[in-house]
Amino acid sequence: MSAVDLSRWEPVIGLEIHVQLLTRTKMFCGCALSFGDAPNSHTCPVCLAHPGVLPVLNREAVRLAIVTGLALGCEIAPHSQFHRKNYFYPDLSKAYQISQYDEPICVGGHVSVLTPDGEFEVGITRAHLEEDAAKLVHVGGGGRRAGAESSGVDFNRGGTPLLEIVSEPDIRTSAQAGAFLRQLRSTLRRLGVSDCNMDEGSMRADANVSVRPAGSTELGTKTELKNMNSFRFLERGVDAEIARQVAILEAGGAVTQETLHYDPDLNEIHSLRSKEEAHDYRYFPEPDLVPVVPDRSWIEELRAGLPELPVDLRRRWVRDLGISFEDAEVLSEPRELVAYFEDVAGRVDAKAAANWVRGELRAQLRELGQEPWESRVTPAHLAELIGLIDDRTLSVPLAKEVLAEVIASGAAPAAVVEEKGLGQISDEGALVEIVERLLAENPDQAAQLREGKDKLVGFFVGQAMKASGGRADPARVGALVREKSGLS
Amino acid sequence: MSAPHELTAEQCLAALRSGDTTATDLVEAALARVEDDRWGSFLAHDADRARERAREIDAMPERPPLGGVPIAIKDALSTRDLPTTSGSKILEGFRPVYTATCVDRLERAGAIVIGKTNMDEFAMGSSTENSAYQVTRNPWDAERVPGGSSGGSAAAVAAFQAPWALGSDTGGSIRQPAALCGIVGMKPTYGAVSRYGLIAFASSLDQVGPFARTVRDSALLLSHIVGRDEMDSTSLDWAEPIRLPEATDLRGVRVGVVEELMGEGIEPGVRAAVEVAFDRVRDMGATIERVSLPTSGYGIATYYLLAPAECSANLARFDGIRYGAHLDDVAGDLLEHYEQVRGRGFGPEVKRRIMLGTFALASGYYDAYYVRAQKVRTLIRRDFEAAFAKVDYLMSPTSPTTAFPLGERVSDPYSMYLSDVCTIPVSLAGIPAISIPCGLSEGLPVGLQIAGPAFSENGLFDVAYALEQALAFDPSPPGVA
Ligand SMILES: [Zn+2]
Repeated sequence: MSAVDLSRWEPVIGLEIHVQLLTRTKMFCGCALSFGDAPNSHTCPVCLAHPGVLPVLNREAVRLAIVTGLALGCEIAPHSQFHRKNYFYPDLSKAYQISQYDEPICVGGHVSVLTPDGEFEVGITRAHLEEDAAKLVHVGGGGRRAGAESSGVDFNRGGTPLLEIVSEPDIRTSAQAGAFLRQLRSTLRRLGVSDCNMDEGSMRADANVSVRPAGSTELGTKTELKNMNSFRFLERGVDAEIARQVAILEAGGAVTQETLHYDPDLNEIHSLRSKEEAHDYRYFPEPDLVPVVPDRSWIEELRAGLPELPVDLRRRWVRDLGISFEDAEVLSEPRELVAYFEDVAGRVDAKAAANWVRGELRAQLRELGQEPWESRVTPAHLAELIGLIDDRTLSVPLAKEVLAEVIASGAAPAAVVEEKGLGQISDEGALVEIVERLLAENPDQAAQLREGKDKLVGFFVGQAMKASGGRADPARVGALVREKSGLS
Repeated sequence: MSAPHELTAEQCLAALRSGDTTATDLVEAALARVEDDRWGSFLAHDADRARERAREIDAMPERPPLGGVPIAIKDALSTRDLPTTSGSKILEGFRPVYTATCVDRLERAGAIVIGKTNMDEFAMGSSTENSAYQVTRNPWDAERVPGGSSGGSAAAVAAFQAPWALGSDTGGSIRQPAALCGIVGMKPTYGAVSRYGLIAFASSLDQVGPFARTVRDSALLLSHIVGRDEMDSTSLDWAEPIRLPEATDLRGVRVGVVEELMGEGIEPGVRAAVEVAFDRVRDMGATIERVSLPTSGYGIATYYLLAPAECSANLARFDGIRYGAHLDDVAGDLLEHYEQVRGRGFGPEVKRRIMLGTFALASGYYDAYYVRAQKVRTLIRRDFEAAFAKVDYLMSPTSPTTAFPLGERVSDPYSMYLSDVCTIPVSLAGIPAISIPCGLSEGLPVGLQIAGPAFSENGLFDVAYALEQALAFDPSPPGVA
């Protein structure tokens, strides 16, 4: 985005995020939710819109919407309503989508977004419930609609509960957009609201983008950038759209309000369905459903049951444990990892704990396809291992070896050290013996060292480590080498 | 004993209990009349299925509560494996995969579905002439309409093809044909009977209800279908069971006669017949006063915005893709497919209402039409509330005229819409009402509508029953039985 002079232009960005709710069944019928099953294997008269059927609202979807609203600081509407959004398309069995319209269930929230550079605030306009459409499967023509020989409809997805979360236009950069969305994702995952897999489509983001002259308070004409299916594409798409709008404005032109599609392969923006722009959805209240009037006591019960949210957890860790924001972000989900890390950090230095959990432990376990909390390495084991480094029993390389053994056998680190004789050589006499022998065996290098070639200390330390099978304390060996060569 | 087909449902059950008849006898008698369908009441029936069911019930050690009584079902109700078209070409050949809750409850109670009855397409009409399939004739005069939209069910019961039937009522579609065919028709409180499986016309108004030749049969039928259904969010818990009425007088009952529905536009013969009924009401100890429903005059205008608005969405699902009439000869694109399927599948009245409703909801018109109509609906409801603060029940003619000649109103939609002037306000208010025959005008039956507050079904049946005894109307059309 180097082409855009941000001292002259200010981008204004708002996001609309659709997430699929983790309910067992669909929004208005008893069909199971599924991903990747045989087409039309999860359908019934209701989601296929057979004559005479009626929708029945999934209470669990309402619960998840309320929990989300509470976590995002929204007010839970005492009375909300579903509407019918009418349009003809084969992916919409009833030819209307049941969606909340002017009476959403959650209104007026805000969140603080944590970044490495500090926090920023994003207002939440609303969050509302709606049902997903079915999936069109195009045969031939490379799977795209244009040029397809025929198209089929897979109604498995039809009627999946969605929550649409709409932010205020409080976001100023693509990086902020990414940070907001990432934090929202971990929040929704922590709440069990959605699995938020962008590549499976269970989280989809649209961005409303406009730019205005820096210092202006009026909003420019916005465009809607549709369905970016990864964080990278979201950030790149928003940047591309900002650059496009600035180029138009700098050339003296005007931005057209339209719906756009970002093509990540070409890094280009295309206009989408301009013909359908004039759609009149003829919204009206859904007469088949009664208004949603959640019990106040139920809402308070859900509020009381909210877990510590990732944003609060991260803030607390950075403040109280002194770990970095990046460590905190990585360690704050899933919740099993949070528990694991907090257990280790309660026993030893938190930074070392963060380092080991996030680094070596996950790296070694990844090879085995395991997660820390399912492995044989208990938090107590890991804390013990870190303790053995602290008291210089183990060098870091040796500690990694011991960890591998703990992963394999489940034995305690101290026991592994004992059994394999892996502890560092603490007997000073033995180290002196090794150093003296090496100086004698390498007379040329020893001579150069005495003449002041300090670099050769490293050579002797390396030789000593090799000779000791890695059990020598490298710092101590270095000191001895200098001492015996008269350097210190 | 009367011939089996002449028995009321109550008489059928008594005869079954005493061993004087069997389910098989009753089904055979009904089938004979369904198959000799001079009135065009039925669109489909499955004789083998009905016989099989009768055999099963006769073999049961204990007879279920409605064990073996035949019933006719309006074709707007979904019946598994039995053709269900809602009177439309767009559903020609459609066999549902599930059965409507109300029909399912009746079948579980032992009732035997004897056939599916003709109706105005998607329940839009007041004469059954909008059926895409056939004309239904009034058993009292074969050159006249049976009313509608549930004209097939009304004719079937009046012509002794079945002792009772289910219909659906959106703006009068049970009460008006019951009146024109000289039988009892009842529209319950909105939410009393599950709509699951009722092919929707206007969701906020549609209600399923009974047709029968007696008030007690109506109550019996309703008692089996009423109550909460988890498949219909708008269905209601029904605390007080529907019981069979036994009242013999009307002492202490306050009756209001709706002023606006007794004047202009009401045929003199109709007015005369209902006034005779009012005399009987007084004779039995009730008080009668005139009551005004000032906004009831806006009923038809309100109804013809709200019902079409809802229908424009409800009928959008019929696209020939997942079920129903499928066209293989459409050459063009998706839009062409929609236009062809819907253009050929829907009849003119259905198209008219889809267009009306689409306009009423269109951006820029929504507030002026849909929203305003909802406000008027609220005013009409309040009128009824105010009236029920003074009286217990309201009476009026059910239909401004007796059965009119076939073809008379088909080309004049507005005169057809006026057929429901007395019934529509009640529908908009969501309250229950019953139509009972109260006499003849030039040889044609006249219906009296009795409306009560929400949930007053038991009281309504009591009043209707007492009056039925006093009026002693003979529901046999000349030359039919
Ligand atoms: Zn389903």
